[in-house]
Amino acid sequence: MSTTEESIQAPAHAAPTSKAGAVGYYIDDRLASASFTKRLVDKVFPDHWSFMLGEVALYSFIILLLTGTYLTLFFNPSMTEVIYNGSYVPLKGVKMSEAFSSTLAISFDVRGGLLMRQIHHWAALFFTAAVSVHLLRVFFTGAFRKPREINWVIGTLLLVLALLEGFSGYSLPDDLLSGTGLRIAEGIIQAIPLVGTYVAMFLFGGEFPGTDIMPRLYSIHILLIPGILLALITVHLIMVFYQKHTQFPGPGRTESNVVGFRLFPIYMAKAGGFFFVVFGITVLIAALVTINPVWLYGPYTPSQVTAGSQPDWYIGWLDGAVRLMPNLESHIFGYTLSWNILVPALVIPGIMFTALGLYPWIEAWATGDKREHHLLDRPRNAPTRTGLGVMSLTFYMILVISGGNDIIASAFNLSINQITWGFRFLLFILPPLAFVLTKRICLGLQRRDNDKLLHGYETGRILRLPSGEFLEIHEPIGEAEKAKLLAKADVTPLELPSKVDANGVRNPKAAKSVARAKLSQWFYSDVIPTPTDEEMRAAAEHAAHELHEAESHLKEISQH
Amino acid sequence: MALSKRHPAALFAVLAVALGTTGAAYAAVSSQTAPKVVAQTETQVEQGKQLFLEGCSSCHGLAAQGASDGPSLLGVGAAAVDFQVGTGRMPLAAPGIQAMPKMPTYNEEETAALAAYIATLGAGPSIPTAEMLDTTNAEVALGGELFRTNCAQCHGAAGVGGALSEGRKAPSLMDSSAKHIYEAMVSGPQSMPVFADSTLSVEDKQNIIAYVTELQKNESPGGFSLGRQGPVTEGLFIFIAGLGVLIIAAVWIGAKAK
Amino acid sequence: MSELDHPTGDPYGAKDGKDLISGITVFPMEPHVPRKADIDPKAAIRAERQVATMFGLSSLMIILFVVAYIKVPADLLISIPIIGTINANHLAIGFTFGMAILLIGLGAIHWAKKLMPDEEVIQERHALTSTNEARAEVQSSLQRGAAESGFRDRKIIRRSLLGALALFPVPLIVLLRDLGPLPGTRLRETIWDKGIHLVTDATYKKIKASDIPLGGLINAVPENLLEIEHEEETLNQRGKASIIIVRMDPAEIVSQQGQEWDYQGILAFSKICTHLGCPTSLYQQRTHHLLCPCHQSTFDLSDSGNVVFGPAARRMPQLAITVDAEGYLVAQSGFNEPVGPSFWERG
Repeated sequence: MSTTEESIQAPAHAAPTSKAGAVGYYIDDRLASASFTKRLVDKVFPDHWSFMLGEVALYSFIILLLTGTYLTLFFNPSMTEVIYNGSYVPLKGVKMSEAFSSTLAISFDVRGGLLMRQIHHWAALFFTAAVSVHLLRVFFTGAFRKPREINWVIGTLLLVLALLEGFSGYSLPDDLLSGTGLRIAEGIIQAIPLVGTYVAMFLFGGEFPGTDIMPRLYSIHILLIPGILLALITVHLIMVFYQKHTQFPGPGRTESNVVGFRLFPIYMAKAGGFFFVVFGITVLIAALVTINPVWLYGPYTPSQVTAGSQPDWYIGWLDGAVRLMPNLESHIFGYTLSWNILVPALVIPGIMFTALGLYPWIEAWATGDKREHHLLDRPRNAPTRTGLGVMSLTFYMILVISGGNDIIASAFNLSINQITWGFRFLLFILPPLAFVLTKRICLGLQRRDNDKLLHGYETGRILRLPSGEFLEIHEPIGEAEKAKLLAKADVTPLELPSKVDANGVRNPKAAKSVARAKLSQWFYSDVIPTPTDEEMRAAAEHAAHELHEAESHLKEISQH
Repeated sequence: MALSKRHPAALFAVLAVALGTTGAAYAAVSSQTAPKVVAQTETQVEQGKQLFLEGCSSCHGLAAQGASDGPSLLGVGAAAVDFQVGTGRMPLAAPGIQAMPKMPTYNEEETAALAAYIATLGAGPSIPTAEMLDTTNAEVALGGELFRTNCAQCHGAAGVGGALSEGRKAPSLMDSSAKHIYEAMVSGPQSMPVFADSTLSVEDKQNIIAYVTELQKNESPGGFSLGRQGPVTEGLFIFIAGLGVLIIAAVWIGAKAK
Repeated sequence: MSELDHPTGDPYGAKDGKDLISGITVFPMEPHVPRKADIDPKAAIRAERQVATMFGLSSLMIILFVVAYIKVPADLLISIPIIGTINANHLAIGFTFGMAILLIGLGAIHWAKKLMPDEEVIQERHALTSTNEARAEVQSSLQRGAAESGFRDRKIIRRSLLGALALFPVPLIVLLRDLGPLPGTRLRETIWDKGIHLVTDATYKKIKASDIPLGGLINAVPENLLEIEHEEETLNQRGKASIIIVRMDPAEIVSQQGQEWDYQGILAFSKICTHLGCPTSLYQQRTHHLLCPCHQSTFDLSDSGNVVFGPAARRMPQLAITVDAEGYLVAQSGFNEPVGPSFWERG
C-alpha cells in the first residue's frame, strides 16, 4: 500500500457509542473536526468578574440583533408625510413622517412593540456602556500589550462603530430630539473645509432635512454598520480564543499557562447563563423603566426644539466638547473656518481615537518592553499608565458632564454660564491633577503591599509590653495573597545613550534616543521594588523574635 | 393646519379626553375665579390698596410706579398680580435672579383685592374668566403643535422645565393650574415673553392648556419616567442601575461557592 | 497539549519558583477546598432542587406571558407605586418574559457553581510565534510565487496593473454623484423677499403690528411657505426661513443690523442658530437675550443679535420688516446674509 492511497482512504473507525456520538462522527467524516472540537471543549478560561464586561457587550449586541430584527418588521423608514391616526390621542391629526408614525404604531398599536423598542434602546445603552467599561478594564490591567495590540485596535474600531450605530439608531424615529441631533450632525459636516457642503448635500440628498436621510440612515443602521460590527466582533473573539485569555497573577499562574475552568461544562453554563442574565435584566428594565418616550417629543420639524436637547449618553462627550468650545471662527481669503465646530467635533475626537488606537505601540516604544504579557498588571503596579488612564478618563468625564450642563443647571439651580466657564477651566486643570494624584495613590498602595509582605497584616490584637509600649500582632499573609502581591514584572528603563559614539563622533540619532530614554525613565520613575526573599525572611525573623519576647514577658507576668 | 383629514372617531376621542381632562381643571379654576365675579367693588380696591402699601410698596414704590428693587406695576393688569401672588412668587422671599414659586402669602380674597387694585392703575390683561379657561372643545393635538412651537423651547417638550441664562429657568408646568398658565402667557412673568390674546388667540391658549393638562396626567405607558429629563437620566440609570446589577451578577458568578 | 490537573512543584513556565519570562515569583496552586455539595449528598440534592425550581419557574413565567399577552388589554393603564402610570399589557408581558429569561440564567449559573467541578485546571499556552524554519519556508514560498508570476521582472505588466487597480474605485465614487445636488447657492437663499407677509407658525395668520405686546414673542414663518407644493421643499425652506418676532421698548434697542429694520420696536430675527442650526427661540424678554437650547449660544437681540455667550461665532441674522397698508407685518427684503450654521464657502 502506498502512502498516497493511505491518505485518501479514511482510517478504520470504531463505531460511535451514543447517538450524539453518531452525529459527531457524521460531521467529523466531512470536516475532520474532532481535534478542533476537543480543543474547544477543553479550552481553559480564567475566572474574574471584570472579564465578563466584554461578555455584557457581546450579549447586548446579540439582544440588539434580535430586537432590531423584530422592529424592522413594523418600522417604515420613510419621510413621506402622513396624518397620524393611531391610538395615541394627543398626536391624532398631526402631520408627521411615516418613520415617526410607524414608531408610534410600534409603541401603541403593536402588543409588545413598546417592550421591544425599549429593550432595543436600553440594550444599546448597555452595549456602549459595556464596551467602554471593558475598554477601561483592558487598559488599566495592561491586557493590550504584546501580543494583543491588534485586538486592541479592533476594539477601538468597534467602539467607533458602536457610537455611529447608536447615533444612527437614535436618529431613526424622526422625533424632535432625533431630528435636532441630525441637524447638529449636518451643521458639523457643513463646517468641514473644502468638501463640507458637498458631503452634506450628498448625504442628505440636498438641503436639510430633505426626505432621503431616513432611508439612507436605515440601511446604514440595519445593514452596513451591524455587518461590519458582526465581522469585527467575530475576529475579536477568534483572537481572544486563539491567543488565550490573559489572567491575573496568583498561585500557579505564570506567563506560560492559563489557570481556570474548562469551556465545557463550566463556561457553557456560566457564560451561557450570563447571557440569559443580561437578557433577562435588560427585559426587566425595559418592562419597568421608560426610555426615549418619542410621543412626548413629537414629530420633528426644523422650526421646533425642546429644552434639554441631549444625545444619548455615549455621544454626550462630543456634545459637551461642542458646548465648551469658545466661539472662534476665521475668515481667510473669502472662506470660513469654523474652529468652534471643527475643534470639538472633529479634531478632538480624531486625536482621542488615534491616541487610543496607537496606545499599545506608544507605551511599548516608550518603555522598550518587547516581551509577551499574559499576566495582567494590577493597576497600582503600573502607576504611570494608570495615571494616564485616569487623566484621560477625567478629561472625557468633564466633556460628558458638560453635555448635560443645562440639565445640571436646572436641577441644581445653578447658572449655566458659570457652569460652562467652570468646566472650560476644569477641562485643563483636573486631568493633570488626576494624573499626579492617581500616581501617588498607586505608589502608596504599592508601599502598603510591601508592608504587608514584610510585616504581614494587622490583626487588631494589641499587646501591652511591660515597658508600657503597645505592640500590635501582625500575622503573615497567606500564600495566595503573597503570590498576588509579589507579581510585579521586572522593568528596566532604557538607558541614556551617549551623545558620541566610540570614536568620539557625534551620533546624529542621539537626540531621538535620548528623548526616548527620558520618556522610558519617566514612565518607570518611582519604581518600588518588591522586597527580596532575604528581606522578607529577615522581617519574618524579626517579627517572630518580637512576638516571642512579648509572649515570654506575658508569661513572666502571669507566673508572678 | 394638519387636522383636516381626521378619522371620524378622532372627534369622539378628542371630546372624551377634553371632557375628562377639563373636569378637574374646571373644578379647580371655577372656585378660584369666583371672587372675580363679585367684581371690583370699591371696598375690594381699597383693601387691595392697603395690602399693597403694607406688603409691596417697599419695592414697587408707593404708587406702584416702580423703584430700584421692583418694576413698575402700572398697566401689568390683574392677570400678572394673580399669577405672581397666587403662585407665591410675590412677595419675594429673598432677592435672587428669579422669583420662585412657594406657598402663597396672601389668601384668595387678598390676592383678588391686590389684583383689583393694580388693575385700576392702568389697563392690562385681566384674570381669565371660567369661559376662557374652558377646554371642553379644545383640540389637544393642535395644542401640542402650538406647545412645541411656542413653549417647548424653554419648558421642554414634556413640560418639565429647563435652564435659561445666568441661573434663570423655565419652571416645570407639571403642577400649574390652567388659570396660572393662561395668566403667564398673557402677562409674561420674569423672563417669559408675552403671548397676548391678539397674537395667540384664546382658542389657541385653550388648546395649549388642554395639551399641558394631558402632559400633567404624567402617563408613562413604558414604565418609570425617570423624571422625563431625557437621555441624561437614561444614561445615569444604565450605568448606576443597569451596569451595577450586571457587575454584581458577574462578581457572584466569579465567586467560589461554599 | 499536556495538562496538569494536580500540579506538583513548579507550574508550567516557571523554574525554581520564578517565572521564566517576567521573573516574578511563582507560587504553587493552593489545595482545592471541597464545597458542601461535594461532601454532603443532602446539600447536593438541595442545590439540585434549587436549580430545578428556577428552571421550573421559568417555564411557568412563559405560560403566564402567553396568558398576559392574550388576556391583559393592550390599552389599559394602571398605576403602580414608584413607577407611576404604566401600560398593563406592557408590564405584564415584559415582567414575565424578563423573569423567564433571567431564571434560566440564574439556574444555569447556580448549577455550575454548586454542582459542576470547581477545581481549577492548568492549561499551557502555545507559542504565538512560528519557528525560524517555518518562517524561512513561507518566505521562500512567497519569493518563489513572486518570481513565477514575473511580477518583479515584467515591469510593464506591473505598472499597468497598478494603474488599473488605482483607477478601479473611480466608478464607485462617481456613482455616488447622484446622491444629491451640488450646493450651489442653496445655503445662501431663503424664500423671504420684499413684501412677504410674516405669519404665525402652526396657525399661519398674518400679524398686525399693533397686536404685538411689549415683551411679546411670536414664532413665525413667511406666508409663501404655504404656497410650496412639494413637502420636502416645505421642510427644507422651513429649516431656513423660520423667524422669531419680538417687541421691545424702542429706547432699549442699542443697535440693529440695518437702519430702521424694526417697526416701532418690533424686531424679526432668524430662528436658526448660527452655530449648528438648532431652532433658537428661548427669548428672555427682560434681558432681550436669546438662548439656544442645544449648545447655549446666547444672542442679544437688543444689540444687533450679537453673540454674548457660547460657541456661536456669528450674530443672529436680522430680517428687515415694516407694515403693509393694513398694518400687517411684511419683510422689507430677504435676509441679506446666509442664515444658519457656517460653511466653508460662506466667506
